[in-house]
Amino acid sequence: MLLQQLTNGLTIGMIYALIALGYTMVYGILKIVNFAHGDIFMMGSFLGLFFMKELDLPLYLAFLLSAVVTSGIGILIERFAYRPLRMADRIVPLISALGVSTFLISLAQKIWGTEMRPFPTAFGSRTYTLGSITFSEIQILILILSFILMLGLHLFVTKTKTGTAMRATSMSLTNAALMGINTNRMISLAFGIGSALAACAGIMVGIYYNAVYPTMGYMAGINAFTAAVLGGIGSIPGAMLGGVLLGLVETLGGAYISTQYKSVISFAILIIVLLIRPSGILGKKDINKV
Amino acid sequence: MTSDSQAILEIKDLSVNYGVIAAVKQLNLHIRPGEIVALIGTNGSGKTSALRSISGLNKSIQGQIRFEGQEITKLDPHKIVERGISQVPEGRGVFPDLTVLENLKLGAYVRGDKAGIAADIQGMFELFPRLEERKKQLAGTMSGGEQQMLAIARALMARPKLLLLDEPSMGLAPLIVKEIFAAIRKVNEEGVSVLLVEQNATMALAAAHRGYVMETGSIVVEGEAAELRNNDVVKSVYLGIG
Repeated sequence: MLLQQLTNGLTIGMIYALIALGYTMVYGILKIVNFAHGDIFMMGSFLGLFFMKELDLPLYLAFLLSAVVTSGIGILIERFAYRPLRMADRIVPLISALGVSTFLISLAQKIWGTEMRPFPTAFGSRTYTLGSITFSEIQILILILSFILMLGLHLFVTKTKTGTAMRATSMSLTNAALMGINTNRMISLAFGIGSALAACAGIMVGIYYNAVYPTMGYMAGINAFTAAVLGGIGSIPGAMLGGVLLGLVETLGGAYISTQYKSVISFAILIIVLLIRPSGILGKKDINKV
Repeated sequence: MTSDSQAILEIKDLSVNYGVIAAVKQLNLHIRPGEIVALIGTNGSGKTSALRSISGLNKSIQGQIRFEGQEITKLDPHKIVERGISQVPEGRGVFPDLTVLENLKLGAYVRGDKAGIAADIQGMFELFPRLEERKKQLAGTMSGGEQQMLAIARALMARPKLLLLDEPSMGLAPLIVKEIFAAIRKVNEEGVSVLLVEQNATMALAAAHRGYVMETGSIVVEGEAAELRNNDVVKSVYLGIG
């Protein structure tokens, strides 16, 4: 029972981590919370569904194409909803983010309707047993694909020139620019990568719960935001850790207390972290750049 | 001025305004190839604003900035680095969570020649041997003097033709300041022109060929460094003599 719950918690935790990375990468550079990120995740899910159902493409192509299109959406959002407000007070892009969120939900409702849609794939129904734990096929996909994506991101930001430049940009926009780094391009890149990861998470969630609907980004977004704050917003390893921890706590709480308390748990964690340690587990206390 | 045509950097009537406050008023300044030019003045006299304008970090500016005869006013900062101007910002601006080596490599971000970059990193370790000892260390964990060395080395990694230095002596022990200034002279002897912004007028005028004194946004005195060292105003206000 416990092992099974841990497995389930890890599965949903990996999803939270993937979405949380988008929040944290954007916050790391621009110090704004992209509250439309949950809805970018939703668009990714719908686009995956579209590519599979309407265009009859195989699952891996649905992942790939949805990631590409969704990252384009993320980049456009930054370009038109945030960049013109770069010099404005921090509350202004926040309001813009809420506008984008409403826009994306309405757009999805207009195109795909308001009702819940199933994800039509034979994939995911089969199960495997390992000792006392039962894995569904989709759980295995989530665990493996999320791990690969996060490992890939980690290698990108630590080992490549562009990734190092992105980390430098998140430490200081000005000093990065003085290195000859095109910081606007780094910002676009952060939005693009974050959105692509969210799209992959969106498709996996769609299959896992066999449901895709326009407002699905709301709770997923809040949970992932909580994960990012828990791990330390701005920190990439923090988002990964925070996602997994939140998934575990939420699932164990749901199993041993009551499933009705799932959301209570994540909101309570958000409030407690913000009150006690706003910099999160791996986050730094606002380092003064001397 | 006849020297203007051969200047590597030429600033004409530069004004910088922050809202209603004029930080720089009608600044005129030039640097000839191979020169070290000192820009001295007290805190808040507009030196940093002028430097930020050259690097493209200030967009609300008036006037003209020309580099090697071409206008660079209001170009994006990364384009200015590509042209050959590197800045060591006030407070050093090293990337605290990156290692010394990663910082140096980022300095060479605009370059693509791997072999040349590797050779230049070795060159920086010769210029500042302490950086080699600490190459795997996170920059944020180093002392102020070491961070200043790293900031200068990192700026040089772009192979600039003009190096802008903002208060390299700030907050450092006299012995370290000497070491830093020796390195600046050495870099200059190898052909890099330098614009040195300093509050430490003594050190700056000892190292520079020429100098400008700035007060509340305007140049009040300019001339050869030797002349400035003997100028009565400079002596009393900035050198603390007489």
